[in-house]
Amino acid sequence: MAQPAALVLEVPEAAGDADLELSPCEESDVHDSFHRLIQEQSLRVAEEGLELLPRGAAGRGRQTLPRPAGAPVHSSATLRVLASMPSRTIGRSRGAIISQYYNRTVRLRRRRNSRPLLGNVVRSARPSLRLYDLELDHTVMEEDEKRSLLVKELQGLSMAQRDHMIRNMPLSLGEKRWLREKSWSPKGKQQGQKGRGGTFSCSRLRYSCILALHSLGLVLLSGLYAARPWRYALKQIGGQFGSSVLSYFLFLKTLLAFNALMLLPLLAFLVGVQAAFPPDPSGLVPTFSGLELLTGRGCFTHTVMYYGYYSNTTLSQSCASPRETGQDSLPYNMPLAYLFTVGAAFFITCITLVYSMSHSFGESYRVGSTKGIHALTVFCSWDYKVTQKRASRVQQDSICTQLKELLAEWQLRERPQSACGQLWQAAMLGLGWLLCLGTTMGCAAAVLTFSEVMIQRPDADGQGVELLALPLVVSVLNLGASYLFRGLATLERHDSPVLEVYMAICRSLILKMAVLGVLCYHWLGRRVAKLQAPCWEDFVGQELYRFLVVDFIFTLLDSLFGELVWRLISEKKLKRQKPEFDIARNVLDLIYGQTLTWLGVLFSPLLPAVQMLRLLLLFYVKKASLMANCQAPRRPWLASHMSTVFLTLLCFPSFLGAAVFLCYAVWQVKPSSTCGPFRTLNTMYEAGTVWVHRLERAGSGASWLPWLHHFLVENTFFLFLVSALLLRARTRSSSSTSFTLFTRRGSGGADRIYLHSLGWPWVQRSSCQVLGSKARATRPDLPFPQLFLILIKWVLQHGFVFWNELATVPARCLGPTRPSTEPSGPRAWLCPG
Amino acid sequence: MGNKQTVFTHEQLEEYQDCTFFTRKEIMRLFYRYQDLAPQLVPLDYTTCPEVKVPYELISSMPELKDNPFRQRIAQVFSQDGDGHMTLENFLDMFSVMSEMAPRDLKAYYAFKIYDFNNDDYICAWDLEQTVTRLTRGELSAEEVTLVCEKVLDEADSDHDGRLSLEDFQNMILRAPDFLSTFHIRI
Repeated sequence: MAQPAALVLEVPEAAGDADLELSPCEESDVHDSFHRLIQEQSLRVAEEGLELLPRGAAGRGRQTLPRPAGAPVHSSATLRVLASMPSRTIGRSRGAIISQYYNRTVRLRRRRNSRPLLGNVVRSARPSLRLYDLELDHTVMEEDEKRSLLVKELQGLSMAQRDHMIRNMPLSLGEKRWLREKSWSPKGKQQGQKGRGGTFSCSRLRYSCILALHSLGLVLLSGLYAARPWRYALKQIGGQFGSSVLSYFLFLKTLLAFNALMLLPLLAFLVGVQAAFPPDPSGLVPTFSGLELLTGRGCFTHTVMYYGYYSNTTLSQSCASPRETGQDSLPYNMPLAYLFTVGAAFFITCITLVYSMSHSFGESYRVGSTKGIHALTVFCSWDYKVTQKRASRVQQDSICTQLKELLAEWQLRERPQSACGQLWQAAMLGLGWLLCLGTTMGCAAAVLTFSEVMIQRPDADGQGVELLALPLVVSVLNLGASYLFRGLATLERHDSPVLEVYMAICRSLILKMAVLGVLCYHWLGRRVAKLQAPCWEDFVGQELYRFLVVDFIFTLLDSLFGELVWRLISEKKLKRQKPEFDIARNVLDLIYGQTLTWLGVLFSPLLPAVQMLRLLLLFYVKKASLMANCQAPRRPWLASHMSTVFLTLLCFPSFLGAAVFLCYAVWQVKPSSTCGPFRTLNTMYEAGTVWVHRLERAGSGASWLPWLHHFLVENTFFLFLVSALLLRARTRSSSSTSFTLFTRRGSGGADRIYLHSLGWPWVQRSSCQVLGSKARATRPDLPFPQLFLILIKWVLQHGFVFWNELATVPARCLGPTRPSTEPSGPRAWLCPG
Repeated sequence: MGNKQTVFTHEQLEEYQDCTFFTRKEIMRLFYRYQDLAPQLVPLDYTTCPEVKVPYELISSMPELKDNPFRQRIAQVFSQDGDGHMTLENFLDMFSVMSEMAPRDLKAYYAFKIYDFNNDDYICAWDLEQTVTRLTRGELSAEEVTLVCEKVLDEADSDHDGRLSLEDFQNMILRAPDFLSTFHIRI
């Protein structure tokens, strides 16, 4: 066992302390897990210059110390670490809890009082009594004594930290109130601030500001909670069907939020402004007939809904009221505004998406989450949200089934499956995939042929009902294929339900993306070339509107007839229970709809509003259908994994594809010359470059802007440098050092995990939000934003080269040559050198 | 956001707010839920801090707990004397820990206490059997239950003493991404 008191430590100058510098946020961090407490202790030990072995470094400063005969050889650092192992420090009784939190607050307070690092102090002044700071003394103290010590320490913390600490203590509410009351005294506040010197009044002001912000934040938060939409509905759904079905509805709510976020800048900067300055009405405006809601044509065509309505000039007040000559209000450059607003909306969505994805990923993927399935099933699978008797029974049955399956699987593993059985299973799997891929290709080919047929027909001047044919065909194919895939999944019996679900999702996703890819090619590649009529952008916008509407109608029909009829059949004829709610298919439908919205935003700025309306209606329809026709899934789901998967699918194929489509449309395709804000330009992006050149010519005042533009956007090296710096900063703030020593046998899983975690490179500190007073536990976190940036760059770089080749074919046929004096901005950006 | 309520003093509400994960409005809502359980018993004025306990039978009749197989253990763990009769503070404490804002470690601590049926600070084989039986409504046979308990101990017991300590339990919880979402009661 460790002998702390007897050790006299020879602490050498630790030259490598530069590696152990702490991240800037550490001073205000608060521990909230036993796990991290141990980590902090060890890092603090390192910070004081005690010797730790960084990974890879060979025996720097191994100390040989007097030890009893027979004890294993350990360095002092090792002994320290061994003494701080969780198996020795965590207690269960209230006294132990109090003393544990006392130690935490001591650490926190001492770190906040900036003590000089060990390296700065003269060697002889370094007392070995410092050893006593660590959790090594096992003397038993009275509970009251411990409590008063804890109170004293709490008094030294800031208000937010103290609240956070108190909230997270596993003590009863009465005790917490007592602690809070005792540690609140103003005298105690003064004592804590004495050491800070002359900043007394400043800290008081800061304190009152924080207090005001805190109460404001709480007011906002409670207002938000009160205004939380569908709170009762979600509770009902969760209570009756469990967390897995709830995850679908939560995802729907998330999508609604994303659309609202995207709609705001569009409304503010595009729709609102253009609506205030309507262009002269051109030609006859058709009257409203009900068909507009389906086709998006007719009287909807010349409204703010579509691209063609937006003017290509600079709007200013003086145009509208020529009397006010003196007042010259700010001119509003519409083309530039259009380009920037759409770009900004996409950028904001991208950042939010990546952030929420990485957040969700960190929450749901943990070290070693695949082992210990029996223990996890027993302790973590009961969903406490379930509140109805019937649902509770269903849950009990499903857990029972799961445990039986686990036992059976374990017994099967004892007797492995014969080679013949495995071959058969592999053959079935291969056949299934072949069939699915074949169906996908067939559907894509069918859509391509049909779209070609539609192009060849003469342009319809009528109501445009025949334009609904393509969306109808696509929706029918999607529906048919998904039923086929579902049937196939029941034929191939899988052992693990999660694998089955992932495969179903993959197959449907491949189909939908293939069909969308064909459609994008059809619109941007063929339609642009073929369409002689004015405004191909309006046409594409209307097409996407039609797709959204028809898809919605089909979803409605599917919910009403598919689920209702199936329930009637299965109850009356097959005498089985109600069908299960197919989560994967419904989520993919949502993602498909959202992809259509993102594809169409450039051509129809009000499309997110249409999508929001769709989602609202869908929520109520799906909820009604769920309550009436379905039952909870019998096989349990990993609900948190699924949310991460949904968000990832939303980000990667869906948003990425829409972003690529947008970039191609902005950079490569010639806008139509009779309508829209870019009618006089060669590409939409030219609006930006024209403006920059105009600024350049305007004068030296704003000359830094073109320089910045040239430097940032047209210079690949700079972007790579920025991403590399971001990546490095994130890595460095996360980890400091790691140990090479390994646990002894039988010392406990906690110790092993503790040591592993110290070497885990992506561990991040927790963050304490003052306003919401919520704290999240540490989680291993991958640097998704940086990876995503790099991926985007790679895709754009290679994708553009490919599309460029593809696009020059129709461009050559059309005729107008592009100015080829210099490589255009984005091309220079993407092709380094 | 006027302070029109007369149930608590301003300081009391502040205290509750700072010691739980709830906002003022939610605390009031919870109070009214508590009061609805036993309108004759619970006074509408808590400024004098009355010592009122709602008996376990009424607590377990709440819709959120009614069909939970562990409701008795939950009430026992959070009640003052371990008998299931809860004061308002116990009630607030319980829903605060079970809310979605409580951190993982706090929930793990209380989950451990809930599953520790004999209150000996360890989850032994007997506790596991009780848990599994309640989870499956008695549908598993005795051998299957024993087998499951053995496997659980195999997987989670790291110091091999035949029972799970708090550390073992917490390490296992660390590996469960779902724990935060399942150990959550919406109120």
